[in-house]
Amino acid sequence: MIRVNQAAPLPNEAAGLPPGIRSWRDGRVPQEALRDYELIVIGCSMGGMNALKSIFESLTREFPLPIIVAQHRYRTSSDSLPGYFRRFVDLEVVDAADKQYIRPGSIYFAPADYHLLVERGEMSLSVDDAVAYSRPSIDVLFESAADAYATSLIAVVLTGANADGAEGAARIRQRGGLVIAQDPSTAESPVMPQAAINRGVDRILPLERIGPYLVELSRKDHDG
Amino acid sequence: MSEEALSISEEQTKSDLEQLEITLLTEGIFRHYGFDFRDYSLPSLRRRIWKRVYAEGLTTISGLQEKILHDSASMERLLLDLSINTTAMFRDPGFYLAFRQKVVPLLRTYPFVRIWHAGCSTGEEVYSMAILLREEGIYDRCRIYATDINEAVLQKAKAGIFPLSTMQENTSNYIAAGGTGTFSDYYTAKYDYAIFRPDLRENVVFAQHNLVTDSSFNLFNVIFCRNVLIYFNNTLQDRVQQLFLQSMEMFGILGLGKKESLRYTSVADYYDEIDAEEKLYRRFR
Repeated sequence: MIRVNQAAPLPNEAAGLPPGIRSWRDGRVPQEALRDYELIVIGCSMGGMNALKSIFESLTREFPLPIIVAQHRYRTSSDSLPGYFRRFVDLEVVDAADKQYIRPGSIYFAPADYHLLVERGEMSLSVDDAVAYSRPSIDVLFESAADAYATSLIAVVLTGANADGAEGAARIRQRGGLVIAQDPSTAESPVMPQAAINRGVDRILPLERIGPYLVELSRKDHDG
Repeated sequence: MSEEALSISEEQTKSDLEQLEITLLTEGIFRHYGFDFRDYSLPSLRRRIWKRVYAEGLTTISGLQEKILHDSASMERLLLDLSINTTAMFRDPGFYLAFRQKVVPLLRTYPFVRIWHAGCSTGEEVYSMAILLREEGIYDRCRIYATDINEAVLQKAKAGIFPLSTMQENTSNYIAAGGTGTFSDYYTAKYDYAIFRPDLRENVVFAQHNLVTDSSFNLFNVIFCRNVLIYFNNTLQDRVQQLFLQSMEMFGILGLGKKESLRYTSVADYYDEIDAEEKLYRRFR
């Protein structure tokens, strides 16, 4: 058999940890789930404002992971979305600019009427056609992030009235990332998290547990 | 290694291979056809290439490479995928409003104004500018050079025929952009299309120009390049900004897309901000 020239081992291989956690059901974070995540991506649509607010409120200034959000928004909506969330979180909240670096302690929103794509360490924008009537598209964000961050990525699918994000979430799991869906019974609009769940996710959590869980996953010392 | 770890490492290998295939494809296109996509921003390029792979009924990027190199019609189709940027008339109305209020007064003092619309795609924003300049009474001393890498797209721009279904949005954009007339006066509706008045392109020159490989061709008082540079990586963005600088008259105006910026480029020191929010700049040295 011809051997393919292998790249450096995956970070979790090097750390002796299994690359993806798939089967646990209880509320505790199993020890093996703890690895060095580098980025969180979040997708939401209808009802997203309240859901995001709830998550952001559990994050402190020390929260170490950058967060990128694709929230469906009206084409002509202004920059008021980051402005709104700044009131609830002690982290920097901005609309992403093209080729902006991804920095810890920041929350980036896909700007209205642009797709947001992730490269290693930076973001880029596109005005390609809407995907499933959406621009920004959650799938576009998720798929590009999966390609760039593989196993060091966490994705969260929140409330929404369509299936955007399900395809991208599947791609993230394929690449070894971790996918969390909001428990549809706690969602203002259950369609979006349910669509992701139907394709398979790693964790289903009620809204109020998602923020604390992200904090837990982001801790590097993992004592708990 | 567990089965799962194996599958993830296989995915990584596939991803590395995909990267290699993209590099080979863009290199092949450059050497064979002269179009240079080698410094395009990777995530968008990857999406657009895969879209073409599937549309051609293929399964790999290598398969697309073979087809592209042996069949120029498929290259034409890929070129469309890689160069059509969807836009609207008066996209980002605030930009046009700022142009009307802050730039037009400067242009009034010029006897003649040369405008370069780089990467004009299907032309919606060229017609928007023509309408604005006409309403401000300076169109007759303006010449707009509207260029794009793609000949097929330029033909559409020249025709000035756009789907009627977009006119509702265009009209509200026009109003928000400070339009002083009635938008429907600028086109005739026929079947499902809006045909724009030919006199709007009286002073427009449509021409093929490749920002990546072609050089400067004139000096301009205004250069627009909106939502084109986002498809380029930093190196290429910088090179194109140098090209604009070489093509820019002293005190000339540069207009970028709403989420683009000069901030991290090598030409930042040559421009003042006229409107930071709407990305309008003026060269001052």
